[in-house]
Amino acid sequence: MLNSIKAKACAAAVLGISALASINTALAEVGYPEKEELTLGFVKLTDMAPIAIAYEMGYFEDEGLYVTVEAQANWKVLLDGVIDGRLDGAHMLAGQPIAATIGYGTSAHIVTPFSMDLNGNGTTVSNDVWEQMKPNIPVGEDGKLVHPISASALKPVVEKYKSEGKPFNMAMVFPVSTHNYELRYWLAAGGIHPGFYAPAKGDTSGQIDADTLISVTPPPQMPATLEAGTISGYSVGEPWNQQAVFKGIGVPVITDYEIWKNNPEKVFGVTAEFAEMYPNTTIRLTRALNRAAMWLDANDNGNRPEAVKILAQANYVGADAEVIGNSMTGTFEYEKGDERAVPDFNVFFRYNATYPYYSDAIWYLTQMRRWGQIAEDKPDDWYKDTAAKVYRPDLYAAAAQSLIEEGLAKAEDFPAFATETGYKPATNDFIDGMTYDGTQPNAYIDQFEIGLKTGSKL
Amino acid sequence: MSALITFTNRFSEHQGLVSWVRHFLIGFIRQVAVPVLGITVFLMIWSSTAQRVETSLGIFPGPESVWEQMTNLYGEHVEERAKEAEFYGRQEERNAERQTQDPGYEAKIRPYTGKPTFLDQIQTSLVTVLSGFAVAALLAIPLGIAVGLNKTLNNAINPLIQIFKPVSPLAWLPLVTMVVSAVYTSDDPALSKSFLVSMITVALCCLWPMVINTAVGVASISQDLVNVSRVLRLSALKHVRKIVLPASVPMIFTGMRLSLGIAWMVLIAAEMLAQNPGLGKFVWDEFQNGSSDSLSRIMVAILTIGIIGFLLDRCMLQIQRLVSWDKASASR
Repeated sequence: MLNSIKAKACAAAVLGISALASINTALAEVGYPEKEELTLGFVKLTDMAPIAIAYEMGYFEDEGLYVTVEAQANWKVLLDGVIDGRLDGAHMLAGQPIAATIGYGTSAHIVTPFSMDLNGNGTTVSNDVWEQMKPNIPVGEDGKLVHPISASALKPVVEKYKSEGKPFNMAMVFPVSTHNYELRYWLAAGGIHPGFYAPAKGDTSGQIDADTLISVTPPPQMPATLEAGTISGYSVGEPWNQQAVFKGIGVPVITDYEIWKNNPEKVFGVTAEFAEMYPNTTIRLTRALNRAAMWLDANDNGNRPEAVKILAQANYVGADAEVIGNSMTGTFEYEKGDERAVPDFNVFFRYNATYPYYSDAIWYLTQMRRWGQIAEDKPDDWYKDTAAKVYRPDLYAAAAQSLIEEGLAKAEDFPAFATETGYKPATNDFIDGMTYDGTQPNAYIDQFEIGLKTGSKL
Repeated sequence: MSALITFTNRFSEHQGLVSWVRHFLIGFIRQVAVPVLGITVFLMIWSSTAQRVETSLGIFPGPESVWEQMTNLYGEHVEERAKEAEFYGRQEERNAERQTQDPGYEAKIRPYTGKPTFLDQIQTSLVTVLSGFAVAALLAIPLGIAVGLNKTLNNAINPLIQIFKPVSPLAWLPLVTMVVSAVYTSDDPALSKSFLVSMITVALCCLWPMVINTAVGVASISQDLVNVSRVLRLSALKHVRKIVLPASVPMIFTGMRLSLGIAWMVLIAAEMLAQNPGLGKFVWDEFQNGSSDSLSRIMVAILTIGIIGFLLDRCMLQIQRLVSWDKASASR
């Protein structure tokens, strides 16, 4: 299977359009699903929206799939559910399929035919910390605080905690979650050491050399934990940052959009065996989810208010529509009253958000290496092979082609499958201005001041 | 109801109208007015204090918002049933369409995939608690009788019972979960794993009080009755059926009532912990949702849990009264 993807990629590069065209026509007619009754898992976050919309709009049923959608208590339970077969597929953190496949944490071969969204996270600090860091943030000409807020404004606060001998605790949602890497990226960019992992020594707390102690809390429990004072800040997806503003218990300081513009966020994951045994079902799931993603971004986010109503149902996200709507409809409220337009806070389809780019997978791998979750140096090829093991643009292309053929989607909305390599062009849309080129993972890691580099070992 | 009984009883006893009115009034005040007053005062205190408790999810729900959510939850249930009917309609159409295209296709009606409503969750919890209870009773009563009749067996098993009795069934939960997922594997299971896990947990907590009470009940049968059995030379089976069981019914039922009450409490906690369908999951989900309605909805669930627990206990009491000769033990 792996070889065939590579073969396809090579064929596309070498022979161009004609070679792929024949493969695509062969795939265009998607057969009946092999498995019709499915259970999909999710964690209560707004970016599970494609699953909810595909269900509510009947896109799953259009594919002949009878899907039950089930909320999971946390990411660990969700991943275990997919691995032991209780769940057929799930809304996953981008890092989860990758980490599972390379055997960090629970080991299992998980594949991703569909990337669920871009952006959508934020970092919130408690009111008390906010009061202390606010004087360190420059004020612009309009009298408003200058965004994006650098973690250097937080640094004196962390140092004060340190000098008083108190730990500065922060939370993220999972050791291999996007939030973890974003939070670490932001802290490190501001000169705060977020700590290393050393799995070889059995240390998976991620607190070696740390200035801030970062630990795991399930998303829906973040506000309550912050309110209880157990943590001073957290990095989480929506609606849990906006919830803090509404409850008046904390202030969001930065969104992931400001840390890395249009960063990949959640993915849809199934086990490799599932994709192997039920290829039609997998492609049909990808079709339904793609249609849902298109609907979510259609008419310039015109469907979002309706999406918010659906997500506010108790069986999906269940938070107040007002709170969910805040970020879903293109604005984000930082300090109470400081509402700013972030039209791309949640991107579900545009900018090829749903295409599983190898370069996205590799970025996560570089961060795993940077913070020590990958204990040893790996050659660039290893990064590329791993990405190709987990990300399955071939399944995505089959789904998209058939949608185009049936007139349910337009070809120009998708990457040009014939020439797409799966690597986005190099970008420096990061808060610290570093350049990321997915084809050069090792060179990328070596740029950072804080973090493991080629040759370093804990 | 009982006021009415009081009324008829008193009427036949005294015949005098004045004393009848007096007794009726006393009965009415005791049985109806005082409880109603108690509930009213409770509602007033609840309503006034609730407004002063400010949480980050808004003020603590008072009776009005709880009532509002109760009607909402019922409305959602009705809505969901309508959606369910549509779901089956669409499915039949789709099946028919596919059969015309693909004649070899065996059409199958799949169960509704929508969310369980509050009423569904109540039903799930009730079915779970009753089946767990039934399983426990089937195991515990014969075991209890055997232990009660046989001193040696009692000595052998008693230490085990004493050790396992104080263990919270919730501590068993992780083990039960793992064992069920390892042992119970089938492609098309008749019972879901989550149901089995909850049910076994309930059964585990019902088991011990029932065994102990049955054993004690059986062991403390009056010697006279045992002697009667001896004189009549009843066979062992007949001895159990004619003498032991009737004599120990009050104690057995005390154990059953006790364990059903515990089982209901434990089930809710187990559902919360294991995320198994039922009222416990409803409470936990609402807590996780953190919407402004969540606290009121949790309060609805709490009241429902309380009322169902009360009704379960009353049912057991009625059954106990029906089958028991010792009315005194059933009056509590």
